Amino acid sequence: MPYGPHTPVDRERMLAALGIDSVDRLFEDIPAELRASRLDLPGPEPELELAARLQALAGRNRTDLTSFLGAGVYRHWTPPNVDQLLLRGEWYTAYTPYQPEISQGTLQSIYEYESLIAELVDLDVVSASHYDGAAATAEAGLMTCRATRRERVLVSKAVHPHYRETLRAYFGHGLEVEEVPLVAAGDAAGTTDLAALERLLADGSRPVAGVIAGQPNFFGLLEPMAEIGRLAHAAGALFVSVIEPVSLAVLAPPGAYGADIAGGEGQPLGIAPQYGGPYLGILASTDALVRQIPGRLVGMTTDLNGRRAYVMTMRAREQDIRRDKAASNICTNQALLALAASIYIATIGPHGLRDVAALGAARAARLEAALAAVGAPRIHGGAYLNEFAVRVPEARAVHRRLIERGILAGLVLADVVPDEPSLADALLVCATEITSEADIERFAAALAAELAGDLRSGPADRRGAGASIPAEAVR
Amino acid sequence: MTVVGEQLQPTLFERSRPGRGGDKIPHPPKDALDRIPAAARRATPPALPELNELEVVRHYVNLSQLNYSIDTGFYPLGSCTMKFNPKLNEWAARLPGFANLHPFAPDEIAQGTLQLLFELEEWLAEISGMKVVTLQPAAGAQGELTGILMIRAYHRSRGDTDRDEVLVPDSSHGTNPATATMAGFRTITIPSAPDGGVDVDAFRAALGPRTAAVMITNPSTLGLFERRIGELLDAVHGAGALAYMDGANLNAILGRFKPGEAGFDVMHFNVHKTFSTPHGGGGPGAGPVGVREALLPFLPAPRVLRADDGSYRLERPGERPESIGRLRSFVGNTGVLVRAFAYLRAHGGTGLRQVSDDAVLAANYLRKRVGEAYDIPFDRVCKHEFVASAAGIKKRTGVRTLDIAKRLIDFGYHPPTIYFPLTVEEGMLIEPTETESVETLDAFADALIAIARECETDPELVKSAPHDAPVGRLDEATAARHPNLRWRAMAGADMPCPD
Amino acid sequence: MVPSDLRYTKDHEWVRVDGDEATIGITEYAASQLGDIVFVELPDVGRILAQFAAFGVVESVKAVSDLFAPVSGEVSAANDALAGAPELVNSDPYGEGWMVRLRLSAPDEVGDLLDPAAYDALIAAG
Repeated sequence: MPYGPHTPVDRERMLAALGIDSVDRLFEDIPAELRASRLDLPGPEPELELAARLQALAGRNRTDLTSFLGAGVYRHWTPPNVDQLLLRGEWYTAYTPYQPEISQGTLQSIYEYESLIAELVDLDVVSASHYDGAAATAEAGLMTCRATRRERVLVSKAVHPHYRETLRAYFGHGLEVEEVPLVAAGDAAGTTDLAALERLLADGSRPVAGVIAGQPNFFGLLEPMAEIGRLAHAAGALFVSVIEPVSLAVLAPPGAYGADIAGGEGQPLGIAPQYGGPYLGILASTDALVRQIPGRLVGMTTDLNGRRAYVMTMRAREQDIRRDKAASNICTNQALLALAASIYIATIGPHGLRDVAALGAARAARLEAALAAVGAPRIHGGAYLNEFAVRVPEARAVHRRLIERGILAGLVLADVVPDEPSLADALLVCATEITSEADIERFAAALAAELAGDLRSGPADRRGAGASIPAEAVR
Repeated sequence: MTVVGEQLQPTLFERSRPGRGGDKIPHPPKDALDRIPAAARRATPPALPELNELEVVRHYVNLSQLNYSIDTGFYPLGSCTMKFNPKLNEWAARLPGFANLHPFAPDEIAQGTLQLLFELEEWLAEISGMKVVTLQPAAGAQGELTGILMIRAYHRSRGDTDRDEVLVPDSSHGTNPATATMAGFRTITIPSAPDGGVDVDAFRAALGPRTAAVMITNPSTLGLFERRIGELLDAVHGAGALAYMDGANLNAILGRFKPGEAGFDVMHFNVHKTFSTPHGGGGPGAGPVGVREALLPFLPAPRVLRADDGSYRLERPGERPESIGRLRSFVGNTGVLVRAFAYLRAHGGTGLRQVSDDAVLAANYLRKRVGEAYDIPFDRVCKHEFVASAAGIKKRTGVRTLDIAKRLIDFGYHPPTIYFPLTVEEGMLIEPTETESVETLDAFADALIAIARECETDPELVKSAPHDAPVGRLDEATAARHPNLRWRAMAGADMPCPD
Repeated sequence: MVPSDLRYTKDHEWVRVDGDEATIGITEYAASQLGDIVFVELPDVGRILAQFAAFGVVESVKAVSDLFAPVSGEVSAANDALAGAPELVNSDPYGEGWMVRLRLSAPDEVGDLLDPAAYDALIAAG
């Protein structure tokens, strides 16, 4: 056993205390005809060999590329103290703080997380965490239905496609999700179409519970959030803002433009990309919606001696007490990632966070100019913070060949938004504070070479678009 | 409510001093934000704390020391499987090739992770006896939702649209009925029989043409194997419904019982229980779901596929049109899954079976020892956990299970799960896991026995416990009546200055 | 002994009938079983309730219980004071801790309710 403590003598002693001679006796309550067949799995692997296997697998991933890929997951400088503190066993090997007397560390850290995020989003109530930005957005949509007792939610088509898909999966029974189209042309192209939103809200026979829009939106563009909120409220609907937390150091927070709920992905706050998670679902609301917010909440109180202390509160909303009447089934959340985000914010500080956002914006402007200069202009005309879409002929093929040149050229938009013809030849690229001037120059030069059809330093494989693996090749 | 009381640790906000903090990144050019329209910009900077790194480090190290954890002591928390979290797994998840991989990375540069995920699915399929597995769900509860949504899609695909009920035993986890509601079903609660199992007659009576699914935890939340599970599953399928297994208690049956072989249609795994990934003070977890072949079309997207040439890829959008879609962004909590993979590989098939053998042996040994001083409501062979009860002690002395749990803290132990399942009076659910030594088990049993004696000799001592914890019992009523859910700077306090 | 001027239900609610109006709350026994009450959810004025319909929820720190209409009627008032001071249900269950007032639509249903002696017997039986 790699981690078990029991010696043969220990097992004998326990068996003897039970008056049996074999552990098989303890499994006789499993009906004989239902007992398992042998586990057809390899044998145990000693740590040395296992470590080599894991290193080899990790080594098959390429994380050495100069990356301009964001699309909801952003690479930032994370001060090393974040992970070093996270590795203390008192944090990561603790359970949910159901016994507050011996969980004050976790409880205070969650209270502080709630407070830090409340400052960022300018709202009052912050849940202790949800799975990720997509699940938090879906829960926000469900909140609007419970609060208004209406059954229809409108989501901007410029919200992250994964979030919209998640919303649809969560809304499968009697609740409706409809997408608000985007402005097709002009300066506002790529943002939520306000006229279309107004029309959808005007259908009095199907009143709208909530309107969901992102800031910045999936294409990196800044949305007219105050106007969207005003239209939603005029129709009696709630307004959900999908946020990116680092941007809130410089962009107007949801509370300032009248959002009732903020949902979003907390990954940029000191959490590694990790191919999809674990991340941090941020969910926050006004005080008026405190009874509707799902997930754990930690509050400050006192112990019976009058000492300040923290405790999970308003517990009777949750599944373990309310069962089938609970607002959500969420139990396990992302507490350790909320802790990471708190340590990150505390370490980087308010000025540091502003610098992260502003430096990303500055580098993005440089990137825009550099790409435009080599023939890849922006697609949209509106303002953006640090991410934008550019037009590149044969985008998918170029993207693929740039990998061979050491560049991860953002996201091929047609791969994730296949139903938007205006984005057929588009790459979504971003810059953050870790994007250097040299990175930008390298990207521009490589793209220039590709667009010029320069084969001299390019890859041998120019077969072009599409994956090389046939779709039918399923195990 | 304003802040009251003496404090153990000041908050980050109280530690803050304007102007404190170190530069971690270069300053941006002054005009960096000039191109952002004024209306979109933040007017007032967020009032976040300003601290130097040492202050941050001390804050979090000192806070951490107020926590109980597996790394500091025995954590016999029933239904949570608080086993050792191997350090190799933490190392593995932080390997740059895993940690720095962007989830939109094209398949050709993500082959290592895709291979790991593919192989992990195969291991989980073999362990559960299921045909295929999705790794997407972020936690057990999300796995349940995934499973129930697939079951709904399955019935609908057959034109069977009148099934709107889900049956759950009264001893089930609260997530089961909450999941049924989230997926649009009505919950029908089935009582337990006196032996702790599902009441088979009540179960049969409740089954019918409106039953979509039955959710069963096996072994049950009482730590008992459902001896009549074969009969139950036959009845479920006879009624045209599907059987969902809540896999929270899988640690008891590795290599002994494969739910898919036995007739379950869907099950979820809690890798943060059975496969040792850390609980993190409440999360993250991961809740993969295994299904029989008939449910494959409905699995969430994307799946990880292997091509004939041995390369791996993700399904493309729309490739499997009957999929229930996605329950979250990207493929799943991959960093957690890396840890689970390492755990499985370290044990291999024989080691996994030994895990359950040792977990069950330890639980039965501890049941025997705790039974020296406490009621054991179901005094038969248990699986990985068992229920003890202080009902007799309460009757004699007025001391409740809650008090005994709090007194255990003074003895240096984390209390067991108490008052769950709801069906047992003054219950405590005790799960030792396979990674605790027999000396630890004995010392814990001795502590419980000593407390039982204290209940008779000095009940007030137990009722007022804990005495040696960082704080005493909390005023939870005020916390809930007048919630203080965020720090608010008090007038006159030093706040971060806008720049 | 419970107040003699009230009627009761098996769900541990009390009813005070005054003409065509009934005031409803939960009994002292119910409040003590639940423990510290931390939240009460009440219906909007004007809502029509059928007899036995769930009309609200009462929460303590670690338990939750539905409230059922003992008689049919239209909600004519709800005790807004409980929003800021749910503890009134513990401290004065038959007075300031009342929950809703109904305008009775089927006064005969009052006859279905338990008298004080019957309710005393019910709680004595546990």
